[in-house]
Amino acid sequence: MASLKRIELDVLKPHYPNSLDFSSTIADKSPGARIELTVTEVDEKTETVVIVIAGENLKYEAIVEAISDMGGSIHSIDKVEVESESD
Amino acid sequence: MFKQLALLLEITRSRSLVRRYFVVNGFDGALTMLGIIMGFYVSDRASLPIIINSCFGAAIALGMSGLTSAYISETAEQKKELRELEQAMLKKLGGSAYGQATRLLPFLIAAVNGLSPLVISLIIILPIWAATLPLELPFDALEFALMLALSILFLLGVFLGRTSGTNWLWAGLRTLFIATVTSGLIYLLAPS
Repeated sequence: MASLKRIELDVLKPHYPNSLDFSSTIADKSPGARIELTVTEVDEKTETVVIVIAGENLKYEAIVEAISDMGGSIHSIDKVEVESESD
Repeated sequence: MFKQLALLLEITRSRSLVRRYFVVNGFDGALTMLGIIMGFYVSDRASLPIIINSCFGAAIALGMSGLTSAYISETAEQKKELRELEQAMLKKLGGSAYGQATRLLPFLIAAVNGLSPLVISLIIILPIWAATLPLELPFDALEFALMLALSILFLLGVFLGRTSGTNWLWAGLRTLFIATVTSGLIYLLAPS
């Protein structure tokens, strides 16, 4: 079974929680993960961000749940890195 | 639970709103009690149970008014905010923290808005109530209650001063001045 090592997401989020709290909450749901968040566009009530999450055996469902809980919406998965686990 | 509550207050920017409600309605409660007690103080002394019942009635009314008015207005405001955000996000947010905030925050804000004047009023009434007990108190109950009201109003000013980052003493003295003017007006205008 392949494990997720790195994923790059294009996300639309409300202004709050701010980028720091937003990425910290995702990190809380993905122990050991490293998160990099870049704001690419700011509108009146929303902002578009690119989130890069790297770590060992990331749980995609937990990441989606954390983003949705904070009102965010995943527009696209732009890049992934998976690794097959040796038996 | 507190972490989640902090998140809800953060995303809806409601922390300052809760603080404002606490101070504004607390101020209302303290000033109303000051006015009622001052009214009794300058008139022929009524019996303590009458004073307590008058103050208690006003305290309950202030509490209920704060509770219901804040709940009704905040429910409408939070729903409006959610609807606007949903339009911007092009998705329903009922299941997110925003949806949770829309359901829970009106209760929290209403509780603060209602309990703030109620609790402050009850604290001010306390010495008058204590005077009805079979105890020998070393102070005049009405005068002590008036001093307590003035002190609470001063402290609310100090709290505002610290929140705004201005001189806390000046902010406290300003609210104390308002309270003193109110007392003075009641004293001067009370029919003899």
